[in-house]
Amino acid sequence: MSGPLHEFDKPNSYIGRSVARPDAKRLVEGQGNYVDDIQLPRMIHAAFVRSPYAHAEIVSIDTSAALAVPGVVAVFTASEINSQLLPWVGTLTHLKGLRSPPQLPLADQVAHWQGEPIVMVVAQSRAIAEDACELVALDFNPLTPLCDAAEALKNDSPVMHAEYDNNLAWEKKVDAGDVDTAFNRSDVTVVQRTFQFGRHTGVTLEARSVVVEYQTTDESLVFHYSGQAPHMMQAVIAKHFQLPEENVRVIARDVGGSFGIKIHTYGDEIATAVAAKLLQRPVKFIADRLESFATDIHARDHTIKGKIGVTNAGDIAALSIDDLTGIGPYSMYPRTSAIECNQILNLTGAPYNIKNYRANGSVVFQNKNLMCQYRAVGHPVAMAVADSLLEDAANEIGMDVVDIRRRNLLADDAYPVTSASGMKFSELSHQQSLERLVEMMNYDQLRKDQKELRKSGIYRGIGLVSMVEVTNPSPMFYGIGGAPISAQDGATVRLDAAGALHVSCSITEQGQGTNTIIAQVAAEVFGVGLERIKVTTGDTATVPYGGGTWASRGAGIGGEAVLLAASALKSQVLDVAASILQTTADTLDIVSGVVVSKADNSERITLDDLGRIVYYRGNELPSDIKPELIATRHYRVTDFPFVFTNGAMAAHVEVDTETGFVKVLDFWVVEDCGRVINPKLVDEQIRGGVVQGIGGALYEECLYDDEGQLLNATMADYLVPMAAEMPDIHIAHIETPTSTSTLGAKGAGEAGTGGAPAALLNAVNDALRPLDASIHQMPMTPERILKELYTNLS
Amino acid sequence: MMSDKLDIELIVNGEQIQQSVLVRTNLVDFLRDQVGLTGSHVGCEQGVCGACTVEVDGVMVRGCLMLAVQANGSTVTTIEGFAGNTTGKKLQNAFSEHNALQCGYCTPGMLASSIEYIDRGGSTDRDSIRQHLSGNYCRCTGYQAIVDAVASVIEITDAGINQSEGAST
Repeated sequence: MSGPLHEFDKPNSYIGRSVARPDAKRLVEGQGNYVDDIQLPRMIHAAFVRSPYAHAEIVSIDTSAALAVPGVVAVFTASEINSQLLPWVGTLTHLKGLRSPPQLPLADQVAHWQGEPIVMVVAQSRAIAEDACELVALDFNPLTPLCDAAEALKNDSPVMHAEYDNNLAWEKKVDAGDVDTAFNRSDVTVVQRTFQFGRHTGVTLEARSVVVEYQTTDESLVFHYSGQAPHMMQAVIAKHFQLPEENVRVIARDVGGSFGIKIHTYGDEIATAVAAKLLQRPVKFIADRLESFATDIHARDHTIKGKIGVTNAGDIAALSIDDLTGIGPYSMYPRTSAIECNQILNLTGAPYNIKNYRANGSVVFQNKNLMCQYRAVGHPVAMAVADSLLEDAANEIGMDVVDIRRRNLLADDAYPVTSASGMKFSELSHQQSLERLVEMMNYDQLRKDQKELRKSGIYRGIGLVSMVEVTNPSPMFYGIGGAPISAQDGATVRLDAAGALHVSCSITEQGQGTNTIIAQVAAEVFGVGLERIKVTTGDTATVPYGGGTWASRGAGIGGEAVLLAASALKSQVLDVAASILQTTADTLDIVSGVVVSKADNSERITLDDLGRIVYYRGNELPSDIKPELIATRHYRVTDFPFVFTNGAMAAHVEVDTETGFVKVLDFWVVEDCGRVINPKLVDEQIRGGVVQGIGGALYEECLYDDEGQLLNATMADYLVPMAAEMPDIHIAHIETPTSTSTLGAKGAGEAGTGGAPAALLNAVNDALRPLDASIHQMPMTPERILKELYTNLS
Repeated sequence: MMSDKLDIELIVNGEQIQQSVLVRTNLVDFLRDQVGLTGSHVGCEQGVCGACTVEVDGVMVRGCLMLAVQANGSTVTTIEGFAGNTTGKKLQNAFSEHNALQCGYCTPGMLASSIEYIDRGGSTDRDSIRQHLSGNYCRCTGYQAIVDAVASVIEITDAGINQSEGAST
């Protein structure tokens, strides 16, 4: 707790308290409400025949045998499904030059990646639909797949999309200061590395799931989905089905993990909606695990050439990066597949005082699954590149890795600051966070122990990262580029006749505790017990319009909307109470569901009495009083494109030089996400995020062969962190509330995933350093580490 | 030709169930789609993720690796029935209190494996708990809160036993 005292800091405030999630009780008793739990009358089930090739002409399709299977209702190809829709294009106007061909659900003539849906079978059960899929006869003429992004960019490479002259989807350049002069200075030591970040994916335990209902009587569509942004999906569906937006209802109830995976336009889900329309029956599609690995968006897949120059004194003179990333055959809709590269260019080196910065990014089409935004978009890459270069440079000049950060971090009293890439920073605490981290991890002692253990052949490493996280985005993120993605959120707060508060809000719950923090803010601001609050989220028919939950925006933006609405309702209720009590509103307050006298806290009228007077016995009110016991407010960030957070993390690892295995011994996080609404929930976001970051750094990779075949599309082959490998994670907070809102909350959901890989990379290289080996490729698998250790030995 | 359906009879969460089931239907699909107990979840359909774990005749099994017909004559307990087990009830409360779940999708399996660990006399040693839970995949929590919850139940139970032992002497 480092911020100034605030009214939220008073004893017993719900804001800042680790209350348990009311939702959790339901889930631990098996009473969840996930999409696959939905059973509707006459509901039928979809399965897809997908391309076995990464790139192939579809010569012929014969569905007759599939259609003959008892229980099969329909078999659809592109000609039936695609004709029902306007195609979608994954571009945004503010990403100048980004191009991508139009897309439709089912591959027509050419399949562009292994797993692309070609034929849809709808049957009385998923099992029957899968049986029938086996009987669809497809003839292909295989084409050369473009798998490697660098190869795809070469002049003599085949071009994937005939309408373009090459395979480049987008490029961007940043050039600030004078990078070349700085690198050439005689007092500057230059370190260059090439980094590779493998593809990985979200692996939500609940796969992508939809149930779609279509009513022909009024041409309305209900889309039950497992996802994060109901209003975005409503707009997307309405536009491409050419339905009035109000005729599309999107409902997201319990969501079994999302992490950015379930916030895009997937052909199989849209095809399911088309089938519901054509067949006039509810249709369910639940991806199986193979489909999840092959078609849920992938992320990362960057090759980065990085170069840093530091002076003899340890000041960063210049930083430059070249990012090459393959995104699959199309840019994903509507968020595009260029955002990760854009973030990397924006954020690399962002925690540091760097005047000379150059960054080039190339985003390339290839015949692999589509890439898009997964938790911490770009951050793990940007932080790993900058902080790995920084620690390597520190070692080159013989400086401690903490000391070099002390010299270069943006000073806590320097804000506002605009970075070399144009990012606006305010109210960050890099220096304080680093010092807290060093103290918490007992850095000096760890270094001593490390030195001692090396004598007995034990190779331990310590790695740090200082980071920023993009949170609370303004309309500058997507809306400005033409996407139907709202940066504002709304909350409606209503007092019922029994004195309970009903809150509906446009942010969404995927297990973070969104509904809980909404209740905490409303309870605190309005003055009612948490147990008297009912929260509704995830339904376009019942919540105010808003963006949903992504980019670590729920608490900061949705929370502020709730605060404003609860505050407005309180003032309305006090006006009514003042009239009933024949006093003035400014003499009254609401505490624990009771209107009290401000002067002595004495009870004047309970909220249920007030509610009953207003709703049942309006005759007791003066006729000029027109009570409104409901208030709606919306909020968006206006002063900054994003409200950045910062943090510092450290990893302690041991590398087994015989096997190449990395054991994570310890992990520390100091996080500044502004005002913390629920410390327990924030800590759990960070822990879960760190573990996903450890996964990306050590285990997770979608492995493709040269033919574009995904080799490890099962949970047994694609490794994720399991309980036994993970350390306990120690967390501390610095609280620097953002002055862009009253609540002061910034986001926290992605920090762990954004920072952990950098700390792990530095820790592993710190362990390997005495052996003259280093690794700059993620995941850092045992095989890769052994190669680095032993390839050069003769 | 042999019928592809068989009649089975089993007890699920204390209730007698008689149904005709396709022989290829696995236990978790049967429980979810035919019995209507949707608390058990399907994550991978190949026995890796653990989300479908249920108790069959006192043993925790993967509901996706057992056919429904194999459960004929068995007694099955799912997450909806775990509260009937003392350890299960304590764990449900501890999971809620420690926030040992986020999205809740892995929770049925995590609870099942935790019940098994505690009922077999597992200790509060964090590494042992982590080893035992390493067959259950959780993408949200990072596992620490789950370990906390399991350890807390053992601590409370041990304290209770010590107290009652203390009282009797």
